[in-house]
Amino acid sequence: MNMAADFAMVLPEEILSAAAILLMLVAAWGGQQVTRLVSIVSVFVLFGAGIALLGPASYGGSAFSGLFRADAFAAFCKVLIYGASAVAIIMAPDFFGRTSGDDLRPEYPILILLSAIGSGMMVSAGDLLTLYVGLELQSLSAYVLASFMRRDSRSGEAGLKYFVLGALASGILLYGISLVYGFSGSTLFADIAQAYAGGRSPGLLFGLVFIFAGIAFKLAAVPFHMWTPDVYEGAPTPVTAFFASAQKVSAMAMGIRVAVEAMGPALADWRQIVIFASMASIILGAVGAIGQQNIKRLLAYSSINNVGFTLVGLAAGTAQGVSAVLFYLTIYVVMTLGSFLVVLQMRDADGQQLETMASLSGLSRTRPGLALAMAMFMFSLAGIPPLLGFNAKLAVFDAAVQAGLFPLAVIGFAASVIGAYYYLRVVKVMYFDEPAHSFAPGDRVEGGLIALSAAFVSPLGWLLLAPLGAWTLTAAQSLF
Amino acid sequence: MIQAIAFYLFAAVVVISAALTISSRNPVHSVMWLILAFFNGAGLMVLVGAEFIAMLLVIVYVGAVAVLFLFVVMMLDIEVAEVRAGVARYFGFGLLIAAALFAEIVFYAYGAVGTGSLQLAQRVAPINNAVPNINAIGQLLYTRYIFIFEAAGLVLLVAMIGAIVLTHRERGGTRYQNISRQNARRPEDATRNTQPTVGQGVQL
Repeated sequence: MNMAADFAMVLPEEILSAAAILLMLVAAWGGQQVTRLVSIVSVFVLFGAGIALLGPASYGGSAFSGLFRADAFAAFCKVLIYGASAVAIIMAPDFFGRTSGDDLRPEYPILILLSAIGSGMMVSAGDLLTLYVGLELQSLSAYVLASFMRRDSRSGEAGLKYFVLGALASGILLYGISLVYGFSGSTLFADIAQAYAGGRSPGLLFGLVFIFAGIAFKLAAVPFHMWTPDVYEGAPTPVTAFFASAQKVSAMAMGIRVAVEAMGPALADWRQIVIFASMASIILGAVGAIGQQNIKRLLAYSSINNVGFTLVGLAAGTAQGVSAVLFYLTIYVVMTLGSFLVVLQMRDADGQQLETMASLSGLSRTRPGLALAMAMFMFSLAGIPPLLGFNAKLAVFDAAVQAGLFPLAVIGFAASVIGAYYYLRVVKVMYFDEPAHSFAPGDRVEGGLIALSAAFVSPLGWLLLAPLGAWTLTAAQSLF
Repeated sequence: MIQAIAFYLFAAVVVISAALTISSRNPVHSVMWLILAFFNGAGLMVLVGAEFIAMLLVIVYVGAVAVLFLFVVMMLDIEVAEVRAGVARYFGFGLLIAAALFAEIVFYAYGAVGTGSLQLAQRVAPINNAVPNINAIGQLLYTRYIFIFEAAGLVLLVAMIGAIVLTHRERGGTRYQNISRQNARRPEDATRNTQPTVGQGVQL
């Protein structure tokens, strides 16, 4: 085992860690004034880490005697995570500039960087220990980020709620890990897979159930979703966008890795859990969103709903299914970040942030461009062709049908019709209600990002379908 | 034989003190029972040959965590009666969950041991008795698990940053002690020697 080769494979993590520590020192001595500098450097560092993925980090194989996996799957997920983290940093100054007294502090981008390191460890875990430490690194940063607005009681509540329930979920996950370790004698995914292939014991089965419950909590899949609406509503909007994008990708990728690499031979056992969580999430996400008046809560239910659809792909348990999940996640991340960027533009003439659905009314007349972008994100989330959200849903349903899960695909399809109702309600409010507010003009960078995301989900995005499909398939095949 | 007696002694005290931790009326007593539970847990660890973990349990949990608990409990003004009311309200539900968990444990222990898929005397991951615990842990921690060890360091860094971000705020108008200024101050800067004549007093 060559140490230099190992360290070459974790180059993105090294870049991020070194940058986070150095920037922390800059922040400690520079104070409040260096916030802008730290934010800009953090975004470039995330880009640098993304470029480092071109090296051995994407094809190196196993590092640190199997603890860490550097393959195409990990690299693909890390691209999404780093991208979403960068957007979360870019979104922040504008938002915090308008809150009453809660300034953006240089710790914000640093915590996002640390969270990105944790997410990276989760997606390239080859061992339950790596997975758990990565998860804790990511979650601990997330708890702090959720309550970053200290003067806002809702933000504090969100952080505390997330912390307590997250600790419970970690406990459940650890209990599962200890059972699996006890009955298989190893925490390495490869050895665990052998133990599962060797025959079923109740201990391994219980471990599997607990581990999947922990993962479902991190994913916010029903029945472990109850924290999502409160946390998403209370957390600062850029942080919510980060939770709904980067964290979803890392939790989902972690789930896929555990399911396929560690528990692949127990497909029949975990498939039942995944199918239940998937159906319940799709239905509850769609029904729960109907009564919501707060746009952030609505998007929280939408994220639960979308997790359900990605789980349909995982339930297939094939390379095609995993590739469909990655494809779905890519499009979902773009749609979600776009929607949250639009939510960030919702502020009245005094610059106060608005979050109610009613404040969107008549947006088509006051800000036609913004309304068009939001309408496209909503149509795309509802899965209406020719927008890209349709292709994503098609891919997961196709994978499920190929794997013989026809009833699941039918239920998912039916529930997506219910889901379409509340997405379309947003469009109706924007286009057919009388204008209520005139929004203050927005930031140019954010406008550009919205336009870019809207172009991606528009039929223009079809040009990207072929390369994206090929890339997700390569990534998925590296697991099987 | 003596091992079995020691095991049942420690185990019984752990269970009893854990029950008393959650049922005693005074929170300070609860913490004390918790400390007793930790000590007996350490005894169990010694019995299975994990002396390092036993020491950690005493030093870290009893020495630091439990004492911290004690501080917090003494500083907080907990209304025991209010907490009791909550317990009474959720007693049925809690009992239901406890019963479900207990049934699961019994079912699973029966399934595992009864069907012979679990041999209690046999370890899946055998340990090398020739190497002391602390050597074995150190060797693994700094070679094979170095990556996770470093990542755990980052987790602690996040905890530190988080604590400062969430609680530290600049207070205006606070006077800080400036030690170098205090040390640099000489008697002649602060005192004056005068020789007042009788009946005149001192002009300040």
